[in-house]
Amino acid sequence: MAFRSHVLVCAGTGCVSCGSFDLGAALEREIASRGLADEIQVVRTGCQGFCAEGPVLVVQPDEVFYCGLKTSDVATLVEEHLLKGRPVRKLMYTPPSAPAPVPKLSQIPFFAKQKLVVLRNRGLVDPERIDDYIARDGYEALAKAVTELTPEEIIREIKLSGLRGRGGGGFPTGVKWATCRQAALHRGVEPVIVCNADEGDPGAFMDRSIIESDPHAVIEGMAIGARAIGARQGFVYIRHEYPIARERLAKALDQARDYGLLGRGILGTKFDFDISVVQGAGAFVCGESTALMASLEGKAGEPRAKYIHTVEYGYKNLPTNLNNVETWANVPLIISRGAAWFASMGSGDVSENPWNGSSGTKVFSLVGKVNNTGLIEVPMGITLREIIFGIGGGIPRGRAFKAVQTGGPSGGCLPATHLDMPVDFDSLTAAGSMMGSGGMIVMDDQTCMVDVARYFIAFLTEESCGKCIPCREGLRCSLDVLTRITEGKGEEGDIALLEEMGAVMQDACLCALGSSAPNPVMSTLRYFRDEYEAHVRERRCPAGVCKALITYTIDQALCDGCHACVTACSTGAITGQVKYPHQLNQSLCIKCGACLDACKRNAVLRA
Amino acid sequence: MTDVTKIEQIVDRHGRSRDHLTAILLDCQEEFLHLPREVIETVAARVKAPVTQVLGIATFFRAFSLKPVGRHRIHVCMGTACHVQGAQRLLEAVSRELGIQKGETTPDMQFSLDTVNCLGCCGLAPAVTVNTDVHGKLKQTAIPRMLRKYVKDYKARTH
Amino acid sequence: MPRLTIDDLKKLREQAAGTITLRSGAARARVTIHMGTCGIAAGAREVMAALLKEIEAQGVTDVIVTTSGCAGLCSREPMATVELRSQAPVKYVNLTPDGMVRVFRAHVLGGEVVTESALAAGCETTG
Repeated sequence: MAFRSHVLVCAGTGCVSCGSFDLGAALEREIASRGLADEIQVVRTGCQGFCAEGPVLVVQPDEVFYCGLKTSDVATLVEEHLLKGRPVRKLMYTPPSAPAPVPKLSQIPFFAKQKLVVLRNRGLVDPERIDDYIARDGYEALAKAVTELTPEEIIREIKLSGLRGRGGGGFPTGVKWATCRQAALHRGVEPVIVCNADEGDPGAFMDRSIIESDPHAVIEGMAIGARAIGARQGFVYIRHEYPIARERLAKALDQARDYGLLGRGILGTKFDFDISVVQGAGAFVCGESTALMASLEGKAGEPRAKYIHTVEYGYKNLPTNLNNVETWANVPLIISRGAAWFASMGSGDVSENPWNGSSGTKVFSLVGKVNNTGLIEVPMGITLREIIFGIGGGIPRGRAFKAVQTGGPSGGCLPATHLDMPVDFDSLTAAGSMMGSGGMIVMDDQTCMVDVARYFIAFLTEESCGKCIPCREGLRCSLDVLTRITEGKGEEGDIALLEEMGAVMQDACLCALGSSAPNPVMSTLRYFRDEYEAHVRERRCPAGVCKALITYTIDQALCDGCHACVTACSTGAITGQVKYPHQLNQSLCIKCGACLDACKRNAVLRA
Repeated sequence: MTDVTKIEQIVDRHGRSRDHLTAILLDCQEEFLHLPREVIETVAARVKAPVTQVLGIATFFRAFSLKPVGRHRIHVCMGTACHVQGAQRLLEAVSRELGIQKGETTPDMQFSLDTVNCLGCCGLAPAVTVNTDVHGKLKQTAIPRMLRKYVKDYKARTH
Repeated sequence: MPRLTIDDLKKLREQAAGTITLRSGAARARVTIHMGTCGIAAGAREVMAALLKEIEAQGVTDVIVTTSGCAGLCSREPMATVELRSQAPVKYVNLTPDGMVRVFRAHVLGGEVVTESALAAGCETTG
């Protein structure tokens, strides 16, 4: 039967730490004792966004909002409001006397469409104070994992949650843990766990931000993983370019050790585990698992063939479980709230098999030609349009959306026709891109797709370790061809050559860096072939980016002779009298675009 | 002259372990701002590793430099977000302004110019760092002002 | 600090919960400066320094100043959150040192939200 009223009790982290579970239980008891159990249902919701005054609840359909409740308020609340229909004014939220001068956060699309799980503590805790983390239920999941759950039960929970690796591959985390645990038991050796914080994708900073804003979430996740897998030693391999994250992580580790949350006999049990931090030194390939482990051992970070998996023979030939920062940070909430809660978010049904869907949320760095750039967390399965136009607020200066690049250098560019595609592991891969670690770079009509492809190939050419030939030479040849095309020297047949080299690399490279390296070229060829053809056949860059194919001119009708461009021009190519239209001498112009940036009247034209 | 005892102290701090070669070299790089032959050889001898292994690491990772670098180290971010906002043009502009190419140092040893793959400040694209300061949303025309913050008369010195 | 047992952890959580919600204790307000790499690059340290200087100059002792990680909206950094007791927190964006001082005087001390730098009121919703 239908209930006449619902009581929505906030079970967000903030309210839970103020006792909302007790409050909910007390409400249910009181409602039952008054004989209202058939009429009124108590529902626990996600965070309602008013954590400062928790625990909060809303009575529907009356839409009455109560806050700062204690269990001793329950009797009055039930009797007065739910039984007699008289809202209890003294328990209600009294807004400040003046009308609200600013909108609510929940009215701003940037925040409203996000769902914070991994970033639940962002902006709310001081990352350098462990007590702040503990106040928001921190280390509760670890306590549960070391006292109430067996390692097998932890792994089962992670498997059922459907959690898949957030570093890019999307491998089911629980399956990986189980394999590593088995390998260690089978060989009678102690396994090692590693957190991959070598976030090398350009345009991505999710992991940095997670460590900077909530380092204990990663530490707690690793400790739970260590307990499940049977490891006593853990590493965080962190990027050299992230000094702030490194400092905060080191501080957090010290505090956790002081509290006995790391080290010997964690929380008074027999479980020992500690974490060391190892710094990378600036090599993109070290994000690849075997290269990372070579680097952990103090060697140059070159990958090896993976016919033997690192979960069996990894760091120093020990079974090694590697997950990235965001994956580890998801673990504590799965343990404390349960696999079903996690699996209820996202797309697909993961109850039978984690490969059947993408559960949970994903953190993205939303950057490039988009109004609201920043770090966002959204449920899996949200569409690209909701992210770019809802959260991101669309393209600046009213320009047209052209493409969104996901998955870093191994990913691809998706065009406007894919805007309504759900964002999850399998849809992105099917469209020729990939989830990757979560960089999302928006491009407008002034971005040249050939130039973007060349950019990624140039990046990968520099970062290729050089160990295997298809990658080293394939990238160099691809770069030559792409450079030729962007310089207006492309030849008929170049496009076919790019495709052929890409296919060979996909098949023959040693590690994922090489085999996924053609993706930026392949995906732009798939969706933006006409731009390549314009470069090759018409010697034209439609977006106006490729220097050799564009010229700058000054619109004589618009130029008011303000002289700003003359000052900006470093080669003396622009001349003219103040207050009279200026001239641009093409033979001196180096096409740096400084005049365009300097002109306030849009009189400098690029074509 | 490089201070040999300083190198030895750094190596000892890491337990003279080959496993920590990368960390040792990072500390040396921070201390001496580059890795001269002497550092490579001293480190190799002290951790009992072949010089080739140490040199292998020193040339593999971007963080190391075998050549001396300038007092102020400029890094133009080449992340994707910066790229689409014109990082390449920015790099060329800094290069013109200082008269040096990427990977080079001005003759007076004041500035070195290099690129970095992504600083993770994509919200501030295009971004440039000078030492540890980040200059975000940088326009070509603002480059001279930025450089003057570090060396007032850089134009006279470098040109 | 001694090593915690499970019971200690519970007690610590209850104690710490009070400080994080501003409900107990003598503070009238808390100002959180968002100090991620983006925030710092955009000038969050200078904003923080200006705030601390102003607090000292005014002799105010019952305002907590704390730092936190990135607030997510990198293009509007530096950001700060002002929370007065019993009121929804207000997020400020694009702050300068002077702007922070203005917010402190008007909002923290005077109770008036500085609308031109305010983005919105409330907390983010979490799963």
